[in-house]
Amino acid sequence: MQAVDVKGLLERHRHDPTRLVQMLREVQAAEGWISPTRITELAGALGLPRARVEGVAGFYAFFATTPVGAYRVLFSDNITDRMLGSVALRERLCAKLGVGPGEVRADARVSVAVTSCTGLCDQGPALLVNGHAIGRLTDARIDLIARCIEAQAPVEAWPPELFRIDDVIHRKDLILSSSLRPGEALRAAFARGADATLEELLRSGLRGRGGAGFTTGEKWRAAKLAPGPTRFVVCNADEGEPGTFKDRVLLSRYLDLVLDGMTVCGFAIGAQKGFIYLRGEYLFLQAPIEAALAARRKAHLLGRDVLGHRGFDFEVELHLGAGSYVCGEESALIESLEGKRGIPRSRPPYPVTHGYLGQPTVVNNVETLVAAALVTVNGGAWFAKHGTAKSPGTRVHSVSGDCARPGVYEFPMGLTVQELLDACGAKNAQAVQVSGPSGTLLGPAEFRRKLAFEDVATAGAFTIFGETRDLLDVSVNFAHFFAHESCGFCTPCRVGTTLLKKSIDAIAAERGTRRDVKVALRLAVLMRDTSHCALGHTACAHFLALHEKFKPTIDRRLSSLEFLPTFDLDEALAPAREVTGRDDGQAHLEDT
Amino acid sequence: MSAPKRKLKVATTSLAGCFGCHMSLLDIDERILKLLELVELDRSPLTDIKHCGPCDLGLVEGGLCNAENVHVLREFRKQCKVLVAVGACAINGGLPAQRNHLDVRECLTSVYRTVPNDPELPLPLDHVHPINDVVRIDYSLPGCPPPADALWQFLTDFIAGRTPSLGHGLIHYD
Repeated sequence: MQAVDVKGLLERHRHDPTRLVQMLREVQAAEGWISPTRITELAGALGLPRARVEGVAGFYAFFATTPVGAYRVLFSDNITDRMLGSVALRERLCAKLGVGPGEVRADARVSVAVTSCTGLCDQGPALLVNGHAIGRLTDARIDLIARCIEAQAPVEAWPPELFRIDDVIHRKDLILSSSLRPGEALRAAFARGADATLEELLRSGLRGRGGAGFTTGEKWRAAKLAPGPTRFVVCNADEGEPGTFKDRVLLSRYLDLVLDGMTVCGFAIGAQKGFIYLRGEYLFLQAPIEAALAARRKAHLLGRDVLGHRGFDFEVELHLGAGSYVCGEESALIESLEGKRGIPRSRPPYPVTHGYLGQPTVVNNVETLVAAALVTVNGGAWFAKHGTAKSPGTRVHSVSGDCARPGVYEFPMGLTVQELLDACGAKNAQAVQVSGPSGTLLGPAEFRRKLAFEDVATAGAFTIFGETRDLLDVSVNFAHFFAHESCGFCTPCRVGTTLLKKSIDAIAAERGTRRDVKVALRLAVLMRDTSHCALGHTACAHFLALHEKFKPTIDRRLSSLEFLPTFDLDEALAPAREVTGRDDGQAHLEDT
Repeated sequence: MSAPKRKLKVATTSLAGCFGCHMSLLDIDERILKLLELVELDRSPLTDIKHCGPCDLGLVEGGLCNAENVHVLREFRKQCKVLVAVGACAINGGLPAQRNHLDVRECLTSVYRTVPNDPELPLPLDHVHPINDVVRIDYSLPGCPPPADALWQFLTDFIAGRTPSLGHGLIHYD
C-alpha cells in the first residue's frame, strides 16, 4: 500500500467534484481504504461538505471506510458461483489463510468477504482480489492464491494465467459476426446526415437492450429536440444484473462498434461528450478501453472535427463504478457520473431532457449502441427484417447455470426459451431465471414462451437451474443480493428488502410458518407497488414467482406450527450465560 | 341484535421500552374516564396486577432484551385474543436495539467488575428483538410513542368492532 499524493490526484482530476467517485477509486486502490483524513482533505479541496464525500465513500461497496486487508479478497456471490461450489472454495481460502469470513486477519494482510455477481458466470466461480478478477476457481487455484498472499507478492506479479478472462462466444448473428471497421458507421452517418441517421434508427425499430425496451430512435430524437446548451451520450456498461456478462464480451471484442455507436449518437443528437460508465468489477477492461480511446483520437475518430467532419467534435471519457447494482438504473448512473451517491432520481423529468448536469442525455446499453452502429451502416429496413415485428433485430444472451456450454449466444429476437436451452445443452432444466434476479422465473410449462419484449422481456441474462437444484436457495441468494444493493433512499425498498431477506432466511432454515409466507407475500406486494425505483419494484419478483410457480419448494421447508420464533431463543442467551457462569433453569428459554 | 354489554378486558405491559407509550396512553386525558367505562384493565402497570388473566386485548410496549421479556410476552400471547405491538421498540426493537452492534459479553464485563449471577436477574439476549420475532402479533401501532390520538383511535375502533385504521394525520401526514 502506498500513500496517495492527494495534490497530484486533485490536479489530475482538475479539482472537478463530478470526478469524486474516480478520485475515491484511486485512493482506495492506492491505500486499501478511504480514511477519515482523506475524506476531510478531499472535501476541503473540492469545496464539498464533508458529509457529502463521506456519503459517497460509504455508498459504494468497493470503498472501504474502515481498513480491510492489504489483500482484499471478495468472492462473487451470485447463485451461479454458489452452484459451482464457491462457498466451499471460500471456506478453503479462509482456512488456508487463517481468517474468518468477513474479517480482517490480525496482521492486516488479508480479508475475505463476498460481493455481488462479478459478471464471470460463464467461467465461475470468481473472485476479485484488490479489484482484479479471477475466474474458474478450483481448489488448486485457491491454494495458489493463498500462496501468493502469504508470499506478499504484489497482485500485478501474480501468475497472469490467474487473471485470464475468456470471451466464450457460442453463436454469432448480426452483431457478433459484424466485420465493420472502426469509423465505418461514422462515415455512413456523415454521408447520410444527422437527421437521416436518426430516421434510419427509427425505421429499424431498435429497442433498448438494457431491459426496458424503449425505442432507441425515440430516445435519441427526444434528446435532440430537448432544449439545452449541451448534450451528452452515456454508454451504460454497468452490467450489474447478476447473470449478465454479454456487455463484457462486447466491450472486449467489439469496443470500436460501441464507440462508433456512441459517436454516431453524438452526431445525430448534437452532443460533444460521451461517457462510458464501466462497472468497477470490469477493472480489467479499463486499460484496453483507454488504449482504444487513445487510438481513436490518433485516428481522428475522436476529438475536434471527427474524421475531418467540420464542426463535429466528440470526446469520450471513461468512468468506473465502484460496486453498486442500482447504478445500472440510468438516473442513478448519472448521479454517480456526477460524483454522487447512486440514488435514482425522481422521474419525470427523464434523462433525455434533464440528464447529466441537467442537460439532455441519452443513456444506452452497450448492446444498443452496437446495434445502432450496425443500423447506421446497413439501414433500418435491414435490421427490422430480423427478429419479431415488435422486437426487431437480435439479442445477445448471457447463458449460465446448469448447461453444457455456458457463454454468449446471439439469436434473433423471438427465440423460445426451449430453443436456447437446446442450443446451450441444458438437459432436465427445472427452471430458468430470465433477465436476472429482477427478471422472470420460468418453469417448464413456459419454456415455449418467446424471448422478446412482447413476451418475456430480457436484458440478456439466462440462468438455468437443473432438476437437482432447490429453487428456494435461489430465492435466498436473490433476497440477500437485493438487501445488500438497495440504495437506502426509500423505505419500502430499504426496509422491505431486509425484512424479505429475514423471512426467506427463516423459511430456508425451517423456522418459517404459513403465516410467515403470507406476511412475506404481503410485504413483497407492498415493495412492488410503493418503491421509488425499478430496483424496489422488482426486488421481490423472485419470491412472488417462486410462490406462484414452485409453491411446494416453499411449503416443504415450513414447520407445521402456527408460529415459531425467528431465532433460537436459548442460543441467544448463551453469551450472557457465559459471562455470568449461570446454567440454572432461569438461564434457559424453550423454543415454544 | 345489540353489541355485547360485557366490558372488554385489556392488559398492557412495557418490556424493553421506556414507558413512553404508556405515558402517551395517559395523554388521552379525560377520555380515560370514557375508556374505563368500556374496558376493564387486567395486568398493567396501572393496576399492578402481576399476571395476566384471559383478555380481549393486550398492548405491548417495548422490544425483547432479556429472558423475562420473553416470558411476559408469551404470557400475554397465551392470554390475549388480540395482541398489539405498540411503538417503535415493540415493532422494530427501537432505541434499545442500538446495542445490537455490541457484543453483550463485552457490555456486561465492561459495566460490572464482577458480572452478577443471581438467578433472580433475567439474562439479557444477545440481541434486542422486535416482539413479532417471538410471538404472532395482530396489529402494530407505530410511533415513538404513538400519539395519544392514535391510541384512542385504535382503542375506540377496536371496542366498536371496526378494523382499526389510523389514516391521515395519525400515521401519514403528506
